Amino acid sequence: MRHHLILRVVTKLLIGPIILFALYVQFHGDFSPGGGFQAGVIMAVAFILYGIVFGLEAVQHVFPSWLVHKLMALGVLIFAGTGVASLFLGYDFLDYGAFSPHHPSHGQHWGILAVEFGVLVTVTGVMVAIYYAFAMRRPAISDEEW
Amino acid sequence: MPDIEYILGHMNYWLFTVLMMTGLYIVVAKGNLIKKIVGLNLFQTAVFMFYISLGKVTGGTAPIFPVDMEIDPSVAYSNPLPHVLILTAIVVGIATTSLGLALIVRIREEYETIEEDEILKIETDLVHVENKILGEAMGGRA
Amino acid sequence: MLETFINLGLFVMLVATAVAITRMRRLFGVTMMASVFSLLSAMLFVTLDAVDVAFTEAAVGAGISTVLMLSTLTLTSRIEKPTTRSPLVPLVVTAITGAAIIYGTLDMPNFGDAHSPAQVGVAARYMAESPTDIDIPNVVTVVLASYRGFDTMGETAVVFTAGAGVLMLISGLRRRRRKGDDKKEETS
Repeated sequence: MRHHLILRVVTKLLIGPIILFALYVQFHGDFSPGGGFQAGVIMAVAFILYGIVFGLEAVQHVFPSWLVHKLMALGVLIFAGTGVASLFLGYDFLDYGAFSPHHPSHGQHWGILAVEFGVLVTVTGVMVAIYYAFAMRRPAISDEEW
Repeated sequence: MPDIEYILGHMNYWLFTVLMMTGLYIVVAKGNLIKKIVGLNLFQTAVFMFYISLGKVTGGTAPIFPVDMEIDPSVAYSNPLPHVLILTAIVVGIATTSLGLALIVRIREEYETIEEDEILKIETDLVHVENKILGEAMGGRA
Repeated sequence: MLETFINLGLFVMLVATAVAITRMRRLFGVTMMASVFSLLSAMLFVTLDAVDVAFTEAAVGAGISTVLMLSTLTLTSRIEKPTTRSPLVPLVVTAITGAAIIYGTLDMPNFGDAHSPAQVGVAARYMAESPTDIDIPNVVTVVLASYRGFDTMGETAVVFTAGAGVLMLISGLRRRRRKGDDKKEETS
């Protein structure tokens, strides 16, 4: 997409706000609609947009595919690790009261934050990885045929 | 004789059923694999709508309390449980849809087509050829 | 009453989009229509008080899903070939299935009934106890991450598994196989 000048300038302007919005959705999810799943998808959209407009090499320079593959698994590990941590503190699996025994609701806040972060990491990783997988293959239809 | 209230109360479910059946029709009647996936998505979304409508309370609002947590007991809230189930189901749905699309890409590479009829024809031809070879190997006539 | 009319209007548009998807043969148009369908259903979710779900559907259905469909189109083909099968059998099958489902809904409580079986039980407990237990305003987040955290962990694992499946099927991680390579592998 070398010739789409307006598209490239607008994309450059948009990517920062998109990532910021994803973080807002993530960390404001306790008070308004949103959470790890939505934030993960929006975060992935920022990278996918960059990849569509500037090409796969450019986006993989920023967000290499080995890192994406690690993040996919890391998110599930964060989620399960939170559960295991509460297990070691003598509570039930995923019982976040363990993190603050005197104020169980504070512990719940910490637990929910950690778990939602795990969801964010996995969803971002999976969506970007799927996009990379599709974009890496050689297209059967050339640009002119559209 | 069903009254108007009954019909209005159930019309939503019937409309969801219409959408669901449109999706099913696409899956059954169309031979193109991408279109089948789109049909499955329609079906899935109709099921989601049905689920969400079960949690709706008339005059209710979204299940989010005020930020200061001073809850007015007279306010009705819709049921949050279907929302949770469907929220995760949507993201899982897109992940599994992309798995289906990946399978279609592989099928296209193997068969050079994504039309079900043509794939079946190639498969039956292959089976015929195999049977012929097998029959000759066994010494009989093919 | 106004809600009923908004619902009906959205439904007319949803059904029109679905019929258009059925009849269209250009897959690019089908993809766009599927995106429109997702946006319309997100609107419907808002009128049904499910703002979190509407958010997800708008981000996923209209965003990522369209991108993936389009990248699949570039890898496969963009026109659906006309089918020779008669549409009669599928029509009969869907009519029977739809009639069975509608027959099943006849016993259901009215739409929006505050005392239906879905409203009492565990959901009522979540609404009553979450302000003191967990003290977070968004009950959907609370149920998602805390009360049903185990469930969500499973869903996250499913998303991860699906992503791993896609990578196994079509990732460029392995050397891409060409027709020449196959023969070399066989002879060596």
